[in-house]
Amino acid sequence: MASQLSSIETLANQEYKWGFITDIEADTVPAGLNEDIIRLISARKNEPEFMLEWRLKAYRHWLTMEEPTWANIHYPPINYQEIIYYSAPKTNKDRPKSLDEVDPELLQTYEKLGIPLHEREALAGVAVDAVFDSVSVATTFKGKLSELGIIFCSFSEAVRDHPQLVKKYLGSVVPPSDNFFAALNAAVFTDGSFCYIPKGVRCPMELSTYFRINAKDTGQFERTLIVAEDGAHVSYLEGCTAPVRDENQLHAAVVELVALNNATIKYSTVQNWYPGDKEGKGGIYNFVTKRGKCLGANSKISWTQVETGSAITWKYPSCLLMGDNSVGEFYSVALTNNYQQADTGTKMIHMGRNTRSTIVSKGISAGRGQNTYRGAVKILKGAEGARNYSQCDSMLLGDKCGAHTFPYLEVKNTSSSVEHEASTSKIGEDQIFYCRQRGISTEDAVGMIVNGFCKEVFRELPMEFAVEAQKLLGVSLEGSVG
Amino acid sequence: MMAAATSELQEIRRRAAESFETRGYPTKRDEEWKYTSVSAIAKAQFPAEAPSLTGNSLRTALEQHPGLIEEHLGRYASSEENAFVALNTAHFEDGAFLHVPRNTVVEEPVWIDYTAVPDRTTHPRNLIVVGANSQVRIVERYRGSGRYFTNAVTEIVAGENSVVEHVKLEEESAQSFHVATIQVHQARNSNFKSHNISFGGLLVRNDVNAVLSTGCEGTLNGLYLATGKQHIDNHTALDHAAPHAASHELYKGILDGISTGVFNGKIYVRKDAQKTDAKQTNKNLVLSPGATINTKPELQILADDVRCTHGATVGQLDEEALFYLRARGIGEIEARDVLIYAFARDVIERIGIPEIREYLEKALFERLVFSRQSSGGAL
Amino acid sequence: MNKTSMSKTAILEIKDLHATAGGKEILRGINLTVYPGEVHAIMGPNGSGKSTLAQVIAGRDLYGVTSGEVLYEGDDLLTLAPEERAQRGIFLAFQYPVEIPGVSNLYFLKAALNAIRKRKGEPEVDAMDFLSLVRRKMALMEMEESLLNRAVNAGFSGGEKKRNEIFQMAVLEPRLAVLDETDSGLDIDALKIVSNGVNTLRGPDRAIVVVTHYQRLLNHIVPDYVHVLAQGRIVKSGGKSLALELEESGYAGIEELAEAVR
Repeated sequence: MASQLSSIETLANQEYKWGFITDIEADTVPAGLNEDIIRLISARKNEPEFMLEWRLKAYRHWLTMEEPTWANIHYPPINYQEIIYYSAPKTNKDRPKSLDEVDPELLQTYEKLGIPLHEREALAGVAVDAVFDSVSVATTFKGKLSELGIIFCSFSEAVRDHPQLVKKYLGSVVPPSDNFFAALNAAVFTDGSFCYIPKGVRCPMELSTYFRINAKDTGQFERTLIVAEDGAHVSYLEGCTAPVRDENQLHAAVVELVALNNATIKYSTVQNWYPGDKEGKGGIYNFVTKRGKCLGANSKISWTQVETGSAITWKYPSCLLMGDNSVGEFYSVALTNNYQQADTGTKMIHMGRNTRSTIVSKGISAGRGQNTYRGAVKILKGAEGARNYSQCDSMLLGDKCGAHTFPYLEVKNTSSSVEHEASTSKIGEDQIFYCRQRGISTEDAVGMIVNGFCKEVFRELPMEFAVEAQKLLGVSLEGSVG
Repeated sequence: MMAAATSELQEIRRRAAESFETRGYPTKRDEEWKYTSVSAIAKAQFPAEAPSLTGNSLRTALEQHPGLIEEHLGRYASSEENAFVALNTAHFEDGAFLHVPRNTVVEEPVWIDYTAVPDRTTHPRNLIVVGANSQVRIVERYRGSGRYFTNAVTEIVAGENSVVEHVKLEEESAQSFHVATIQVHQARNSNFKSHNISFGGLLVRNDVNAVLSTGCEGTLNGLYLATGKQHIDNHTALDHAAPHAASHELYKGILDGISTGVFNGKIYVRKDAQKTDAKQTNKNLVLSPGATINTKPELQILADDVRCTHGATVGQLDEEALFYLRARGIGEIEARDVLIYAFARDVIERIGIPEIREYLEKALFERLVFSRQSSGGAL
Repeated sequence: MNKTSMSKTAILEIKDLHATAGGKEILRGINLTVYPGEVHAIMGPNGSGKSTLAQVIAGRDLYGVTSGEVLYEGDDLLTLAPEERAQRGIFLAFQYPVEIPGVSNLYFLKAALNAIRKRKGEPEVDAMDFLSLVRRKMALMEMEESLLNRAVNAGFSGGEKKRNEIFQMAVLEPRLAVLDETDSGLDIDALKIVSNGVNTLRGPDRAIVVVTHYQRLLNHIVPDYVHVLAQGRIVKSGGKSLALELEESGYAGIEELAEAVR
């Protein structure tokens, strides 16, 4: 831990280091949203007819919907006609057959982000799908995975090569009509990752998607679908960054997970979209719908998220616990600094017997950041013996930030047990002074206190990413403790 | 009425009587009594009588130390906020008085024992004044037979830097009504612990309230076991009135038959009470589908640099644990008893008087057997 | 000042110290010299400045030193950061020990010990040696070993927190220990354990300053000197009998004395 502390110290004085722009020729559609744009996106991707129909239906529904206002976030109205809904690196128009054909400029970009895409240099044990603006540019270790029958590819490829699977599961967890942003995504989504783990297979490596927004005025609308068949196991991780720009950019993604009997899906996110500058200018608006369905008995879906980026975060990774004895978990660290706003949490819907869920949420607010935990636990009538444990802790650094907790609890079965704990504390002068009085420097003290606060969540992350997440917190807290 | 009551005390009692007369018994429309109806108490109309107790008599003490009693009696428990306190303040005839002078460690626990007789109302009134730097442990026990109504009020003053531990054992008869308020005033740096154990009574209501000054530590623990048609209501309030005080609260309930349990835990953190650390936990074990529990934490936090946590659970016996014990050859009834006991032990173990711990272990098992025989339930 | 200590360098020398908090003068000219081997008790009513003095010695920046001097082992103490003071051997047992959730006692103590060793030019402590050291000191304080893996002071009772402070002191072996109301809220058994822990640390090369409101503690940690603080000044000094006098007469007379010397 000593080395991690010193890295926080070094990193604490850095700016957002993922803010560079890649100069690459792009194939871009005109700004604005209408049926023609949707037809154009569908055509660009050579999609089958059923996809276009699905998109148009979603779009028509979206037109009837209102943008939600219940979240504890404030931003000027978004003009959906000013956004560019499709932008792809030109050289990638016909997707390269192998990594050797990927534009070196792109490979360099990912190199710079610490995600080498050449398999010989790649992180051992992690297969990566790289999504650049609207399209997937490369997927590593595909061959090795396919030997086990695992499908790990871009969503576009899945639509082309596995239409039956896509048709079966697309929208089965998050239907296009689910909410405003989910409907928008269904109409215009451009790419994302698709994972399919066949029966009884334990995926031998971490699957990972790295999302990068690059082009100006562009929104990113990706869609991820993970299906784990009976007895399958998979651990998946997503990371995201974007360049520093003065304008806000919209990111509205949808993630659907399906776990069948005895299957386990572990989904981890390290979200580091550009958060805007110290005055609150720029930054990503991150409106995301993530939901998993524990369809089978004894299935398990576990969400872990470390949210340090974005000007606005609106996301509630949820679990529908349908199968008997199924398990849902949500571990979250959300940090807001400067003018960042986060309204995040989860929903655990207990339907099956003896279903169990655990919620551990850690909110850290600094600067003028506003951090809201919003969580719902519902125990439906048939959920005999269901159990939930929730813990929400908030930490405030300074006195201009805010922490808010909105737990919603609905219990319709009396044989269930629900436990909720909440705390709010200030990382005070006095904690830091106490450490210093024992000989420990201020930087080490802050690192120690913040990491201690987040420990229960970090230990849920795959090893390499836990270290990364700790560093990230150090960077994101820059200047907030004096 | 007590003969030697001084004029100021008389005035307090007169106002209490007036307060009760205007308001009468609380009803379920009263937020504080939402889940507990006291109409049976109002209806019973048992004639009042002086309580029968072993311990130092307040009545005698009032003659010997009128000044000391005048200074404290009726100054903490509020007749305005609680009708039963008003009733007690207006009508009490005797109770226990304990004064521990400063810098004194009382080695042996002090016992206050009440035995109620059928068809009577008693208003036991206890006053405990502990001087600075002193240390004492007190056991207050209520028992009786037949139908009757006990309406007790205990005021405790924990002096500066004192350490006070208080156990209340409510073992009233199965047909009785029992209402009690324990009002604690904690001076700077004092450490007060309450263990509120309720086993008996048909209708029971406890109010345990503590006001904490700077640097205090306050602990409110409780255990309630209800079976048959018993109704046990525990209301607690921790008032963090000054900075740097810590409070810990653990209430556990075991409910069987068609009994009802109520837990309402208030924590106030006043504006100046920075660095408050308050933790409240309420856990309930529901053994039969007919039993009900209403649990409600109430946190009012006006300071901004505090740590307050609360948790509440309602659950059943762990079927897996039960099966595990049975698979090791332990009979079902015994296995259930072991698990129920394990649940309750958490509270019993925190009591700092070994003989009370032993006594409660035995009493708990006896209750389990009694409950099985009388109602066919496990408790 | 006694003769035996004249020949040695003072560990702590406070000269006409004035300090403010929130614009209000709390310390108004403190003079105090502490030699190796001595135990000083500082008593006084609430609000007299006892805790402020303790915090100023440890380097808390809530308090502004407006004039005066504090020397530690002959060097200017006031220019040093709190961690430098700690690394040079000053230990404050806090009146209100601070909770640090998620950081284990063991990890915290090791980080502290290593910071102090680093300053002395010593290598980091060996993990096995550290564990055996810690176990020894825990036994001294009659603490359960399970406390080591719990977060620093989190969920501890008041008594456990105070015991933990003295346990930390026993591990870090400071040259100057300042105990700020370590006795408040303790029951008699805990008071004896804490006092015993402090007494084992008494030695010819170490000094202890005990800040307390109550005389009770001084029955167990017998001081060489007793000072009475009132309204930001030491208004009376004497031997251990002074504490007993105070217990008899209370602080009322002291307040009058303070008014008189204004």
